Amino acid sequence: MDLSLLTQHEGCRWEIAPRGNMRVPAVIFASRQLISDMDNKVYDQVTNVAMLPGIVKASYAMPDAHWGYGFPIGGVAAFDPDEGGVVSAGGVGFDISCGVRTLHTGLDLADIEGLKNDLADVLFFRIPAGLGSTGRVHLEHDEMDAMLAGGARWAVSQGYGISEDLLYIEEEGCMPGAVPDAVSDHAKKRQRDEMGTLGSGNHYLEVQRVAEVYDSVASTVFGLHENEIVVSIHCGSRGLGHQIGTEFLKKMAVATREYGIDLPDRELACAPISSPLGQEYLGAMRAGINCALANRQIITHLTREAFASVLPRAGLRVLYDVSHNTCKEEQHVVDGIGRRLFVHRKGATRALGPGNPLIPEALRAAGQPVLIGGSMGTASYIMTGTAQGMTLSFGSACHGAGRAMSRHQANRRWRGRQVIDDLARQGIIIRSLSARGVAEEAPEAYKDVTAVVDAADAAGIARKVVKLVPVACIKG
Amino acid sequence: MEQGHTEARWEHFPHGADIGIRGIGRSKNEAFEQAALAMTQVITNAKQVAVREAVAIACQAPDDEILLVDWLNALVYEMATRHMLFSRFNVHVDDHRLDGTAFGEHIDRQRHQPAVEVKAATYTGLSVGLNPDGLWVAQCVVDV
Repeated sequence: MDLSLLTQHEGCRWEIAPRGNMRVPAVIFASRQLISDMDNKVYDQVTNVAMLPGIVKASYAMPDAHWGYGFPIGGVAAFDPDEGGVVSAGGVGFDISCGVRTLHTGLDLADIEGLKNDLADVLFFRIPAGLGSTGRVHLEHDEMDAMLAGGARWAVSQGYGISEDLLYIEEEGCMPGAVPDAVSDHAKKRQRDEMGTLGSGNHYLEVQRVAEVYDSVASTVFGLHENEIVVSIHCGSRGLGHQIGTEFLKKMAVATREYGIDLPDRELACAPISSPLGQEYLGAMRAGINCALANRQIITHLTREAFASVLPRAGLRVLYDVSHNTCKEEQHVVDGIGRRLFVHRKGATRALGPGNPLIPEALRAAGQPVLIGGSMGTASYIMTGTAQGMTLSFGSACHGAGRAMSRHQANRRWRGRQVIDDLARQGIIIRSLSARGVAEEAPEAYKDVTAVVDAADAAGIARKVVKLVPVACIKG
Repeated sequence: MEQGHTEARWEHFPHGADIGIRGIGRSKNEAFEQAALAMTQVITNAKQVAVREAVAIACQAPDDEILLVDWLNALVYEMATRHMLFSRFNVHVDDHRLDGTAFGEHIDRQRHQPAVEVKAATYTGLSVGLNPDGLWVAQCVVDV
């Protein structure tokens, strides 16, 4: 990105003043290096979002931002329904409520040495991953609607997990305002065999070790210590979410003209929050969130079964579950005034500051855990939300490393087998059905996740708590 | 015009996080067929996908570009719900209406080694048009 287009502020914050049809400025959180390497498309997309009706304060891009669909991936924008604000299917993305859940295991590295391969095999066997895999839960009609209304709460009621799990999930495991009837039969049919499946692409289940502690106060509150083994699950709402995204993108693209909204990019298709279409999408999208929460809950159950068969003394507890593709109705203070806003986070994690009542009571003093997924061979991080972040970015932070290279390039550069062997030499076990899928997800195809979290930390939108390194990865 | 450049073909083009698919043909129909083949190639080697079953697909849209996205998304839906992959396509486009047939077989995870699942065809990098060289091009980015 051409730095002359931006004004640098303190703490990794760059601003683009409103020009043309921009209603508000655009703000990018990044180090000089990250922003220099950022695609020019991020500039186009973050400024395009600033043109949407009812946008409040600014259009934001996180340090891991890259070229997305309408919104950049790593984009955050809040809209006021009382000022003609809009909701955008592209601003949430196709994988509604894709997110990360991290589980404590009650084990340390020494407890799993010698059993790592067995554990990887059992996890790979039990957890459906990749295209063509199907789950063992098959839902039809009323059961599907109950899942869409109940989310992880429904999953627990069906015997997948325990009620304590729910305390550590956003919205306590059940997104209110979901309207199963707003979800098409096509979307439901696509989900019929996909409950409890990881999916493919960058989705994974990873056994990780706490490699470094940066904030011992917050890590104690989160119950994390060095060399502890945790499990992180990265996946979303599967076919149901993809189909909702597809259908509403078209509906909104066709209706935008009727609403008199002039769009710089078709993919930004949106509808006023207060319009029938806006409301219908919100109902369907919230049902999609519940699908993702139920999905991660079922996978948690399968993970517990796998651990029980290899390491019976493991005790898997949910640390936290946070989504990074959502639009949520939230209260925010803007220029001293409390306002009800609809915050889109596309490839961005909610990151509430300490004391926020939406954070589980046991974790509240430290802020909301922000779970940052890295790539297979590098690292992941757990950060925490900050008070500053509430005013800087509507309580939002980065979500991962972000791709540095297209799949096309990665597939030309690496062979999956070679990637797996290289990682094995570093002591990292990979299980995947597809060698090409592994090549496309090679660690070097991603940005340096450490640079991303350091920029988020320096910007003050989240604070580093611990670093996690991979032990075994089940690739979707 | 050189031989080879006039034949229907498919290509992939890079996108930051995902992948672009492009179909090129002597008619709009061929370009749509090749775009579908390019999408299968994102998932697996289409040569490994046998033609055993036919699935009829119809869609309608306000313009050719949305029609291309609808066609590809209809294929995504059929792949997901029938657990199939497709390797041959027959398309007839007339006045923003498409009638097509996709030929393929049930997915075999060992034999097809699917690399990724396509979540959706998108409006990014989307265009359908006649090039100055007389060939039709139909393309968009798919989210994987």
